[in-house]
Amino acid sequence: MSEMEAKHGEEHHIVSPKIYVLIALTLLICTALTVGASYLELGPWNAVVALGIAVFKATLVVLFFMHIKYSSKLMKLTVGAGLFTFLALVCMSMSDYISRAWGSF
Amino acid sequence: MDSPTVAVHEGAHHEHPSYQRHHFVTMDQQRESASFGMWLFLLTEIMFFGGMFTAYLIYRNWYYPAFVAGSHTLSIVLGTTNTAVLITSSFTMAMGVWCAETRKRSGLILSILLTLVLGLVFLGIKSVEYHEKWVQHHVPGLRFDAMTFVHPKAEPGQPVEPGLPLDMAQHTEIYFSLYFAMTGMHALHMIIGMGLLIFMLIKAVQGAYDEGNIAFVENFGLYWHFVDIVWIFLFPLLYLISRHQ
Repeated sequence: MSEMEAKHGEEHHIVSPKIYVLIALTLLICTALTVGASYLELGPWNAVVALGIAVFKATLVVLFFMHIKYSSKLMKLTVGAGLFTFLALVCMSMSDYISRAWGSF
Repeated sequence: MDSPTVAVHEGAHHEHPSYQRHHFVTMDQQRESASFGMWLFLLTEIMFFGGMFTAYLIYRNWYYPAFVAGSHTLSIVLGTTNTAVLITSSFTMAMGVWCAETRKRSGLILSILLTLVLGLVFLGIKSVEYHEKWVQHHVPGLRFDAMTFVHPKAEPGQPVEPGLPLDMAQHTEIYFSLYFAMTGMHALHMIIGMGLLIFMLIKAVQGAYDEGNIAFVENFGLYWHFVDIVWIFLFPLLYLISRHQ
């Protein structure tokens, strides 16, 4: 940190290695969990569990490895806007394909 | 800078680091701008991979038995190993960013080297998997035989897969097209990332990141973690979710 930044008070947050180790271990445990869960017979819930764990892992990576938890509102909003746009596009595409056959039964 | 407001701050603007561009008021502003730009790029990457993920979801709905049979040919052991390798490489890269932030040159060099080695291990395991697909005639367009899904051969130590009707067996080619498109684009991102890692390694050895000018390291970290996130979703979708059907 230079003196310049200290003067402005908005010090850039440095995430400590302890948190990185903790997150990496959690990610590895989650990987083991998702592989373990894939061997259980859960029917349609297999996909839900696997994707749920994947979303959790991705959230940890974005928040801590990519520092979003410690970033400004602009960054948080940018990530949120991207995620929202992506989900809107996927949902609209999927609702089209799922509802195409409606009325033909 | 000779505006009256600046004068009040006792020449604070003369004390900025040499790598601060003159159109930024503070280093924080410069860092934020660089990081914002990197995130905008990553959003376009989300859309790019998102298109392929959506295609995968739609085709999986249409040709479900073919996608189940295709996914059963992948090795869970190799996929899991690669996931662990990539997560560890994300960790070493995060440590690299920390070393750069705290100006530890040797730590940064070690982190970059470890990330590079883990990236190589990932691509090595990936190429073993690709080779397996080639041997089994599962490469769409180049070397593909749908009959392997009509009359599946018994693999040692595994239950015999039920055969598919010929028309559904032919749709496994779509599964493998998407498999190669998605893992291939992911691998291409890794290869580009490793080129950047080598560049960063040379710069780090030369001491380019010792003075706090680390925007490149930070933004490369974002890129590498993004590639990790793509794999975090590819792994369950391609390898795991159809185990029991």
